[in-house]
Amino acid sequence: MTAMTREETEALIQEVLEVYPAKAKKDRAKHLTVNDQSIEKSSKCITSNRKSLPGVMTIRGCAYAGSKGVVWGPIKDMIHISHGPVGCGQYSRAGRRNYYIGTTGVNTFVTMNFTSDFQEKDIVFGGDKKLAKLITEVEGLFPLHKGISVQSECPIGLIGDDIEAVSKKSAKEISKPVIPVRCEGFRGVSQSLGHHLANDAVRDWVLGNRDGDNSFQTTPYDVAVIGDYNIGGDAWSSRTLLEEMGLRVVAQWSGDGTLSEIELTPKVKLNLIHCYRSMNYIARHMEEKYSIPWMEYNFFGPTKIAESLRKIAAQFDDTIKEGAERVIARYTAEYEAVIAKYKPRLEGKRVMLFIGGLRPRHVIGAYEDLGMEVVGTGYEFGHNDDYDRTIKEMGNATLLYDDVTGYEFEEFVKRIKPDLIGSGIKEKYIFQKMGVPFRQMHSWDYSGPYHGYDGFAIFARDMDMTINNPCWGKIQAPWKKAASNEEQSRAAAGG
Amino acid sequence: MAKKLRQCAIYGKGGIGKSTTTQNLVAALAEQGQKVMIVGCDPKADSTRLILHAKAQNSIMQMASDAGSVEDLELEDVLKVGYKDIKCVESGGPEPGVGCAGRGVITAINFLEEEGAYDEDLDFVFYDVLGDVVCGGFAMPIRENKAQEIYIVCSGEMMAMYAANNIAKGIVKYANSGSVRLAGLICNSRQTAREDELIMELARQMGTQMIHFVPRDNVVQRAEIRRMTVIEYEPEAKQADEYRSLAKKIVENKNLVIPTPITMDELEDLLMKFGVMEEVDESIVGKAARDEALAA
Repeated sequence: MTAMTREETEALIQEVLEVYPAKAKKDRAKHLTVNDQSIEKSSKCITSNRKSLPGVMTIRGCAYAGSKGVVWGPIKDMIHISHGPVGCGQYSRAGRRNYYIGTTGVNTFVTMNFTSDFQEKDIVFGGDKKLAKLITEVEGLFPLHKGISVQSECPIGLIGDDIEAVSKKSAKEISKPVIPVRCEGFRGVSQSLGHHLANDAVRDWVLGNRDGDNSFQTTPYDVAVIGDYNIGGDAWSSRTLLEEMGLRVVAQWSGDGTLSEIELTPKVKLNLIHCYRSMNYIARHMEEKYSIPWMEYNFFGPTKIAESLRKIAAQFDDTIKEGAERVIARYTAEYEAVIAKYKPRLEGKRVMLFIGGLRPRHVIGAYEDLGMEVVGTGYEFGHNDDYDRTIKEMGNATLLYDDVTGYEFEEFVKRIKPDLIGSGIKEKYIFQKMGVPFRQMHSWDYSGPYHGYDGFAIFARDMDMTINNPCWGKIQAPWKKAASNEEQSRAAAGG
Repeated sequence: MAKKLRQCAIYGKGGIGKSTTTQNLVAALAEQGQKVMIVGCDPKADSTRLILHAKAQNSIMQMASDAGSVEDLELEDVLKVGYKDIKCVESGGPEPGVGCAGRGVITAINFLEEEGAYDEDLDFVFYDVLGDVVCGGFAMPIRENKAQEIYIVCSGEMMAMYAANNIAKGIVKYANSGSVRLAGLICNSRQTAREDELIMELARQMGTQMIHFVPRDNVVQRAEIRRMTVIEYEPEAKQADEYRSLAKKIVENKNLVIPTPITMDELEDLLMKFGVMEEVDESIVGKAARDEALAA
């Protein structure tokens, strides 16, 4: 199918909106738009970060998911307590593939679930005593942990438990940081508020811990990687490039990261932000308080990687600038070979995305490096500053959909007929059953890493094996195939 | 034929004398041969002390907490029997400022139902509920299949009447979806002027009745110091007859209505009519003393 014109895309949006009741239609219309690269501010064309409509299938998570699942959870040498009933912690346990090095249960704890397992009596009488006891037990059983975060589930906010007071008292008793996070799930419209609350907790309870302590030996080349959760090893394949160009990565936030790295981050020269959505808050804070500049970068696909490496290097002296060129040159043959192998198999293929924090825009370049085109994209929980950054990355007349509903997504796919969809586990089987090749772009479908040059090779291979998988030709039963072939040829003949 | 169990809830402004009135009333009922159970729905757990001669009964939630969970409790652990075989339970709850007392009431009542506390012999259950219906938990006794009759204890004081009217609003909400009805106002006298007439008029406007006017009598306090009801402490006292009279009226009460709560303006008019409140001079509203002095 050839690309749709602006008018056709607009008509498609109208058609999809048609089934909604008046109020829902008015609301959803603001979240769907046709991309126009000439627009400078996305607020002119799309609304985001608003409450989802009741009754639609939204793909969003909650504030607890944003704090415990995204920001805090991957900090590997801390114990993150899911404070409240058991389900929130148990059903989010180890699901995000935040890789880390360490011995689980001894000095690292990422894939474990610690919960206060609220019962009726804890709701009625409050859970403060139980939390204090839990922290004491954690200290006894896992003495090598470096600190504790208390991730609030919904009931904590409802019954008004004073987790700050418990945290302060327990921190003194165990002589380690205990950080309360008010990330009750009912707060805000999506996981996005959870990211913000988690950032604020880092700011208020961790970031100043080494203020006035100059014992850490700094270098002019110190940077922090912020907003890389090391899913499938992403942060590792990113870090290696930064180190090869001569920088010293002091901290990884928060994939494979440690509490000590977080505490040392105010000592770095530059903060590098990958997932802007979930961690821009802390970067802005460090800019204000410690005068540390920050910049966004993109390590998906060789074009964006080279662009980002040069942009990062431009913040440093010539040794780093030379280092960036050296790195790019070193990997050129490698990525060219990847492109030479896969581009002929993927050229012209059209992709629709619907993902979380940074990927709806960041992976576009990687697809383009393989000759593919992203024809529709949207954010689960993005804000308008995300769409500001997306408009220029997407082609004119492509579709943008914010907090897309299950119905809208299906209808768009039926009409646009992309060659590949990249979204999450809840979408995967619906589209696969519709016969559309699908990749999970939250978890990399249990593959990865996709960041960096190493990641690009895996990304290209994964997209090829999904799109060009022979299974897609077997979707229709043989006895139904003949009939539908006839129909198709009739339709083609007709017009 | 099996007797029909009547479930009644007593609401009213905090400190109005709900627990004292309830226990004296229940004692009078028991004296007349009725089989009664009191369910205290207040974290203070002081709804049964006059019946049990106890400081405060061990509550369901406290014992559940000590035992581990509600499932670990047996009915006989929490159900105490006092004066004239009156059965007593307290839901209990947290100390002020922590946890969720409303959830405690819900948990406790569910427990009583599951354990069969509402046995066939009972004639009456009385729920004595904390002053203000602050959240859904305290409305638990008036939800489907619980109390059908609500009695509101009030007096001729403005805030008590205001609270009574608010409670009636809550009853309307549940009355429309279930069988709960307002059964009357119990005036627990504070000896304000024309108090009986005032409450009768309030009751009339709310579409209900003042079922009884309980006069003030120091014998209530004397009995209370001994952790006893007047019925038990001094059965021949005049006040004991007042409670017996209230009990009789409740036994015979058929006047169950969906109330018609009045507006704030109507309530103010009523209070002005009876001289409880003076007419508001609109010209002085929001004026500080300093400004008034300047204007004069």
